[in-house]
Parts: sequence; structure tokens; C-alpha cells
Amino acid sequence: MKILVPVKRVIDYNVKVRVKSDESGVDLANTKMALNPFCEIAVEEAVRLKEKGIATEVVVVSIGNKACQEQIRTALALGADRGVHIDTECNLDSLMVAKILAKLVEQEQPELVLLGKQSIDSDNNQTGQMLGALTNMPQGTFASEIIVDGARIQVTREVDGGLQTLSLSLPAVITTDLRLNEPRYASLPNIMKAKRKPIAVMPVSEFNVDLTPKVNVVKVVTPPQRTSGIKVNDVAELVDKLKNEAKVIS
Amino acid sequence: MSILIIAEHDNTQMKPETGKLVQAARGLSGEVHILVAGDACSAVCNEVAALDDVAKVLQVEHASLAHQLAEPMAELVVGLAADYTHIIAAATTTGKNFMPRVAALLDVSQISDIIAIDNDNTFVRPIYAGNAIATVTSSEATHVLTVRTSAFNGVSTGGDANIEKVDFNSESPLKSQFVSVTQTESERPELTAANVVISGGRGMQNGDNFALLEGIADKLGAAIGASRAAVDAGFVPNDMQVGQTGKIVAPQLYIAVGISGAIQHLAGMKDSKIIVAINKDEEAPIFQVADYGLVGDLFDILPQLEQAL
Ligand SMILES: Cc1cc2nc3c(=O)[nH]c(=O)nc-3n(C[C@H](O)[C@H](O)[C@H](O)COP(=O)(O)OP(=O)(O)OC[C@H]3O[C@@H](n4cnc5c(N)ncnc54)[C@H](O)[C@@H]3O)c2cc1C
Ligand SMILES: Nc1ncnc2c1ncn2[C@@H]1O[C@H](COP(=O)(O)O)[C@@H](O)[C@H]1O
Repeated sequence: MKILVPVKRVIDYNVKVRVKSDESGVDLANTKMALNPFCEIAVEEAVRLKEKGIATEVVVVSIGNKACQEQIRTALALGADRGVHIDTECNLDSLMVAKILAKLVEQEQPELVLLGKQSIDSDNNQTGQMLGALTNMPQGTFASEIIVDGARIQVTREVDGGLQTLSLSLPAVITTDLRLNEPRYASLPNIMKAKRKPIAVMPVSEFNVDLTPKVNVVKVVTPPQRTSGIKVNDVAELVDKLKNEAKVIS
Repeated sequence: MSILIIAEHDNTQMKPETGKLVQAARGLSGEVHILVAGDACSAVCNEVAALDDVAKVLQVEHASLAHQLAEPMAELVVGLAADYTHIIAAATTTGKNFMPRVAALLDVSQISDIIAIDNDNTFVRPIYAGNAIATVTSSEATHVLTVRTSAFNGVSTGGDANIEKVDFNSESPLKSQFVSVTQTESERPELTAANVVISGGRGMQNGDNFALLEGIADKLGAAIGASRAAVDAGFVPNDMQVGQTGKIVAPQLYIAVGISGAIQHLAGMKDSKIIVAINKDEEAPIFQVADYGLVGDLFDILPQLEQAL
């Protein structure tokens, strides 16, 4: 089975963003960038399926400017076989990404597409579901466990009330949640090996997707900051404050 | 033109998110219709019809909708979409699951997780784990939105909307089948609906120690939450995770116990009215957002707190 893993270059999850003073967006100049954590989990899962002999090939794709080849290399070092970089300088929303991916799915014919459930920059949580709709594939979002069972795949999903299990026919789209696996660290030999793995670069124009944004940013501001309060000395003082000052308990 | 809200429910009861969606829709022009999609869900329809400011309830019952799986839900909503300017669902795991499918089939960009509505096409939403707030304007003819319900109050009841039955015959073959669900059973209020939330982190050391939070939760009528670290370590189930990628809560009182205060955790609770932090490390970042901080060992403090309440 061939697995396609779309990966996104995003700000490193440890970095606290700064909003630009002209309110046009957040300042990403000189910030540390990384593979979106959920995409890393998707790559890890695909590689594990390959190690189990279930997957035959793991293809990673990233859509963005040249810099995202760095994240494709990271994924190759984790064990993916080859990369596709779809080159664009445009700001894309999830629908555009899903439309481009849908065309790539047509070309590559994967039996499974594994995406992250959400990008930690836009916090959209849309692309996998949209890809499912555009390609008419069933979806298993927020997966914490997947079991390939012949022509079907069983997905355990993290839902608000607990865990839900679905059985999907293949090909299918799955998005990863945090507890699907714990990604490995790339070993030095694998990082070296990744340098020789192929990355095909394609201009986004080849995909004929309209990249005119329908949703535009008016402004981006810093949220109201909470001021740190006081330290209380003991439980008695805490309970007194909660009752008599904050009045949140009686 | 009208606004279509998709009700959050479990076939027997309406979830409080539904009323909050109606409140959010008050920021839009147009009458509100609510879709109740499920199986044997007429009790839910009656509850929804009693919400204020609802013009009509659409009752759609079909076996394929029993678990509100994304594929049939999207097919249903897309079939109804022509009459509406706005289609709105809660940013719960149900809404997040089917709405982007609706958007893609309608060929419109979705706006996720909105916390305010400025006007019919201008919406406010957090990005970067809530460290930035974006105002966006959309030129789509149909606006597909998910709403962060913790940012809105519910509406009152007293309404008496018409309930209209709508047929649904799913065309698509069943590519996605429901197998099972493991529901976390709890007598406590739901995390997202509770007035008081007490959450434990890695500092709790194991699942058994969460019993220390239970005594306090009982006295305060609180829901119990957790950090990702506590869930990953298997102390408690996944549906207790509060944060950027878990549940977003905004109770009157949030008590963080043995939680360091990573940005991803803060993203899920920093809009709480009052925050209390209990942590043995006085440098822990959680104290920067806490109204009342208590530095000390949670294993000493929690029993004392339970007693003092
Ligand atoms: C993509 C992504 C998404 C994430 N999403 C979330 C999310 O939704 N929610 C979330 O919570 N996290 C999330 N995280 C994880 C987050 O970055 C932190 O790792 C996590 O919140 C840490 O949990 P913690 O505070 O319980 O553990 P730690 O950071 O280990 O803190 C434990 C705290 O307990 C204190 N402590 C220990 N023993 C005691 C004691 N006896 N008495 C008092 N205090 C004690 C320590 O001083 C410490 O401050 C996410 C991370 C990533 C990468
Ligand atoms: N530019 C991109 N290139 C490749 N994959 C992407 C891109 N944007 C989003 N994705 C995929 O879609 C997932 C969810 O993203 P989002 O819908 O933006 O929250 C990510 O975890 C990726 O797997």
C-alpha cells in the first residue's frame, strides 16, 4: 500500500509568536521553524506501517516556498521514501491546499493519505476533511490508533466524549491526534541517507487551482493579556480570597 | 436568506453548545433555522424548538445519521445549503469533523473556531494557540463557520419554533462504518459546561492520585480536566485534556494543579474568570496567568483544601 503524507512547515511549537506592530500578521522573521507536530506523527505512523510490511512506499508532500524542503528532508530522515515539493509563494488556505492535494492524489493514487489533524499556526483543522470530500474518500479524523485489516482500515478516534472506532474502506483519509504514536528522533545515518532521497519539485501552476483568497485578514492583534495576580501563603488565605474577593465559591 | 445552525446532541438530549450557537448567530442578520440530524431524535427537536429566537427546526432522522458521521452529515447539509447565507456548527469534535467536508463540497473556505462576529462577513478567531487574534473578512456567498462555544453564553428558553420533518435518503455507499464508542462515564458536569474546573497535570504522578481532585470537585460541583502530559502518561482518558488541541474551557474558576503552564495548555483555559495555580515550582509559567498562586506540594495542599471547603 502506498501512503501519501502531506506535511507543513510551521513555527516551532516552543516559540511564542509576536504580533507585528502594524497588525498585519505575526512576525516570523528569524523564528525557528519546524515540521508541524501532527505531521510528524503522521510521518511516524506511515513509516511504522512500512516497517510492519503493510506499506510499500511513503511519499511526503509539502506545499509552500522553497524553505519547506527542509521539512521534507526531516520527514525523509524519519524514514519516508521520497518527497514532492509543490512550489508557491502564495498564502494558501486549507481549501486551496486540499484542492492541490486532491490533484496529487489523482496522480499518485495512494491507498491511504495520512495528515495532521491541525496546523499549529492557523489552527484550522480542515485540510484532511476537505481532501476526503474532494476525492470522495471516507475519513477518520483525530486518530489515536489505526489497524489495517485487509481492504479496510479501523480507526480509533479521540472524540469529546471518549473514543470512537470506525471502519473505513480504502482508499481513505486519516488525520492524526497526539496519542497515535511518539515520533522517533532521526539518527545521524538516516539524516545522511535522507540527503540522497529524491525530492520532485513542481510549480503550483501545474495543478490549475485558483489561489485567489476569498477570506482576507483585516488585522491580527495580541489577545488581552492576563496580569499575574498574587501569591497566597496558605490554603486558608486561598479559600478566603475565592469566597470574599473573587466571589467564585460560596 | 437565513442562517442554518447544526444542533449538537446525542439523539436523546440537546447539548448546551446549541444554545450558544444561537447566541453567536444574534450577531448576524437573518432568521435562524436549526438542523437536528440524528436517529430517533424527536426529544432533541422539542428542546431545540424551545430556544429563544429560533424560527424553524429541521428534523432529519435516518439510521446513517445516528452517530453524525462526517460523510452522511456533509451530504445532508450540502443538500440544504442553497437556502442559507451562513452554516454554523460548534467547534466540537463532531463539528470539526463534518464541517470542512461541507465547505469543500460547496467550494467555500471555512472559518474555524470563531470567538466573535463583527458583521455578516467579518469574524474573529484565535490563531497560534490563541497567542494572536485575527479578524478576517470573507467574500464567499455561503459562510461555513465553526464556533468556539466557550466564547458565548447560551440563550434562554421560552420559544416555540415549528418543527419540520425533512427526508434524507443517503445516496452514497457506506465507505465509513461505525464500529463502537467508549464513552467516559461521569456523574460530574461536562468540562465545557462546568462553572468550576479543577485540572491535574504531570505533577499528579499517577491516575490514582486524581482521587485527590475528586473530593474537591465534589464540594465545588466541578468538572475534572487534565494536561496533555497527564493524558499521555495514561493517568486519565483523552477527553479530559484541556488545551490548544483538547477542550477549550472558560469557567468562573479554574484550578490548575501540578501543571507547568505550557502555551498549549494556556490556550485552553486562559479565558477563565479566575485562575488558581498550585505548583511546587514558584517559577512555573502557570503563575503568570494565575489570579491566586499557591506554591507548595500538591500532596500537602489538596487534602487541606478539601477540608477547608
Ligand atoms: C502540538 C502540541 C499540542 C499540544 N496540546 C496540548 C494541549 O491541548 N493541552 C496541554 O495541556 N498540553 C498540550 N501540549 C503539551 C504541552 O506543550 C506541555 O508538554 C504539557 O502541557 C505539559 O503538561 P504538564 O504541565 O502537566 O507537565 P509538566 O510541564 O511536566 O509540568 C508538571 C508540573 O507539575 C509540578 N509539580 C510536580 N510535582 C509537584 C508536586 N508534588 N506538587 C506541586 N507541583 C508539582 C512541576 O513543578 C511542574 O510545573 C501540546 C504540545 C504540542 C507539541
Ligand atoms: N501547505 C501544506 N502542505 C502540505 N500539507 C499541508 C499544508 N497545509 C496543511 N497541510 C496538511 O493538513 C493538515 C491540517 O492542516 P490545517 O487544516 O491547516 O489545520 C496538516 O497537519 C498537514 O498534514
